[in-house]
Amino acid sequence: MTREEIFEKLNEVFREVFDDDEIMVSDGTTANDIEDWDSLEHINLIVAVEKKFSIKFNMGEVNKFKNVGEMVDIILTRIQ
Amino acid sequence: MLKELQYPFDSGYILSKKKRIKRELLEQNVSFVEKNIAILGGATTSDIKLILELFLLNYGIKPSFYESEYNQFYQDAVFDNKELMEFQPDIIYICTSNRNITKYPQISDTSATVDFLLASEKNKFEKIWNSLSKKYRCPIIQNNFEMPFYRLMGNKDASDIHGKVNFLTRLNLEFYNYAQNHENFYICDLNYISADYGLKEWSDPFYYHMYKYAMNVKAIPFLSFNIANIIKSIFGKNKKGFVLDLDNTLWGGIIGDDGVDNIVIGPEESEGQVYSEFQRYLKEHIQLGVILSIDSKNDEANALAGLNHPDSQLHKGDFVSIKANWEPKDRNFSQIANEINLLPESLLFVDDNPAERHIVTEQLPGVIAPEIGEVHQYIQNIDRGGYFEVTTFSPDDTKRNEMYKENAKRASFQASFDNYTDYLLSLEMVGIIRPFEPIYMARIAQLSNKSNQFNLTTRRYTQPEIEQIASNYDYITLYGKLIDRFGDNGVVSVIIGHKVDTECRIDLWIMSCRVLKRDMEFAMMDSLVKKCKEAGLSTIHGYYYPTTKNSMVKEFYKLQGFSKISEDDSGNTEWIFNIDSNYENKNKIIKVEE
Repeated sequence: MTREEIFEKLNEVFREVFDDDEIMVSDGTTANDIEDWDSLEHINLIVAVEKKFSIKFNMGEVNKFKNVGEMVDIILTRIQ
Repeated sequence: MLKELQYPFDSGYILSKKKRIKRELLEQNVSFVEKNIAILGGATTSDIKLILELFLLNYGIKPSFYESEYNQFYQDAVFDNKELMEFQPDIIYICTSNRNITKYPQISDTSATVDFLLASEKNKFEKIWNSLSKKYRCPIIQNNFEMPFYRLMGNKDASDIHGKVNFLTRLNLEFYNYAQNHENFYICDLNYISADYGLKEWSDPFYYHMYKYAMNVKAIPFLSFNIANIIKSIFGKNKKGFVLDLDNTLWGGIIGDDGVDNIVIGPEESEGQVYSEFQRYLKEHIQLGVILSIDSKNDEANALAGLNHPDSQLHKGDFVSIKANWEPKDRNFSQIANEINLLPESLLFVDDNPAERHIVTEQLPGVIAPEIGEVHQYIQNIDRGGYFEVTTFSPDDTKRNEMYKENAKRASFQASFDNYTDYLLSLEMVGIIRPFEPIYMARIAQLSNKSNQFNLTTRRYTQPEIEQIASNYDYITLYGKLIDRFGDNGVVSVIIGHKVDTECRIDLWIMSCRVLKRDMEFAMMDSLVKKCKEAGLSTIHGYYYPTTKNSMVKEFYKLQGFSKISEDDSGNTEWIFNIDSNYENKNKIIKVEE
C-alpha cells in the first residue's frame, strides 16, 4: 500500500468517526484542525484505524502521535 | 428499529458510525418517551453513554444524561449533589468494575481480615445504594464484578479466600443478596457479559492504562446493549410472546412432505437433540409469562400431528393460538395479535426462512424477527437479544399463559349466548376495587408501563413513584382486580387522580385489554365517583392525549358521561364530569367488593 492509498483509507475512517464527509487529512493535520477531535474521540479514532488496517498500535505510539503524518508512518511500517 | 442495532450486531460498525446512527434514529418518525438517566462511573464512561443512547433510541426511549466526573461514583452518590437533584433521574446506573476494589486480601491475611475487607467493600456499596434510593427514589442499576484479568495462585485463586477470584465471587453474592431484598435494584451482570465476550479480550489492560476505560473499547456496545435491555424492561418495553414457525424451526424437515414419523426431533440423533433443546428453551419461557403461538404454512392436521410427536417437548396446550394454514404469514401474525389483544410489535417472530422474516417485518412495522442462524445457534441468537429481560416479576406473570387460555374458553362460552348481557351475567364477575395496596405496587407499576391501547394519558410510573403517590393524601388511587367463573384475571385496571381544590384531575386511567367489554371500566368509574364524593370533590377532569396506539379510548370520557371542554391542534382533549348527588351506578353486572 502506498502513502496515498493509506491517506485515502484514513479519510474514510475520519469521515465516519467525525460524521463529516468533507474531511481531508494530510501529513500536517492535528487534533486542532478537526472540531470534535478531543481525547475521548481520539480513542474511537484509534480503534477505528486499527480495525481498518488490521493492526494494533502500542501504548507508546498512541501517546506520541503529533500529527496524522506520524500515524501514517507507523501504519506503513506495520502493514509491510 | 434499526437492524444495525439488533443482536447480533457489529460492534466495530456501531463504534465508528455512532454519530451517523444517532442521526438516523432521530430522523425516524417515532414518538419517544423521554427519560433522565444518571451514570455514576468508576472509570471513563463517555462511549458507554453515547452507545447506550443509540440502543435506547432504538427502543423508543430518548435519554438525557447526567454523567459523573471520572471515578466520582461514590462522592456523587453519598454527598449532597445539587446538580443530580435538579436532574431528577428516572434511572441511576452505577458503572463500576473490579478496578474499583479498594483493597484485596493479602496472602498473609487471616480469615477474619479477609472477612473484614469483604464487609468494607460491601458496606461502601450499600451506603451508595441506600443513599441514592433515599434521595432519588428511582430504580438503580449496579454492575457486579467481572473476574480479575490475572490469577496469582492460578486455579486456587477460585477456592482460596485470599484469591481475587474468590474475593470477587463472594462480593458478587453480597450484591445479589441485596438485590433479592430490595425492590427497584437491578444487577447488570458484568461478570456474565465479560465472560461471554471473552474475559481476556474484555479486560485487555491497554484500554485501562491508555484511556481509563475499565474494559476493551470494542466491548462497550455489548455492555451498553445489556444496560439498554434492563432499562427498556423497567419501562415496560419487553416483548410479550413468541410467534413460531414449525418446519425447520421447531423440528427438522417438512412435515407435510416427510410425514410425522420422519421429522427430526428427539434423542435418536444429534440434530434431533438440538431441536429438542430449542423446544425446551421455548417452553421454559412459559414460566416467565411469555406466551407461545404458532404461525406455520401447513395443514392444521399436520401441525398438530407434529406437536403430538412422542418426542415433542411442546404440546398443543402450550400455545395460546395455533395458525397452521396457507395464508400469508403476516396476516396470520396480525390475527394472532388481535385474538390475544396485543400489538403485533410485542410479539417476536421466529422463523428459519429469511423470506418469511422479511415479509412479516416489512408488513408489520416494529415486529422483530431475529436472524437465528443454524439450528444449534437458535437459542444463543434469541437469548442474547434480551427480548424478555426480566426486571419486575409479579405472580400474575407465571399465570399469563393460563389467563390467555381462560380467555379462549370465555370466547367459546360466549358463543352459546344470544344476548351479550346474559353472557356477562353468566360470567359471575366479582371486581375488587380499592386504593393501592402494598402487595400490588409492582403489578400497578408494571401495568402503567405496559398498557398502550387502553391508556388515556400514557404516563409511565416507576414503582417508587407509585408508592409515593399511594401514601400522598392529595391523590386518589384505585386498582381493580377482576375474577370470574373461569379464573382470576388479576389487577387489570388502575386510576390515579390528584386533587386541586374541589377538582379531581385524572393523571392515569388504564385497563388491560384482556378485560375489554366486560363493564370493568364502568365499575371503576362508579368507585372513582364514590371516592371523590367522600373527599368532598365536585368535579372530575379527564384528559386524553393521543398516541399512535390509544385511539380506542379517544371518546372514552364521552361514554362515561363527561363533557368535552377543550381540544388543541394535536388532538389533546380535556373533559369534565360534574359529580351529582344522585349519581347512579353505571355498572350493573360486576359485583364490586371494596
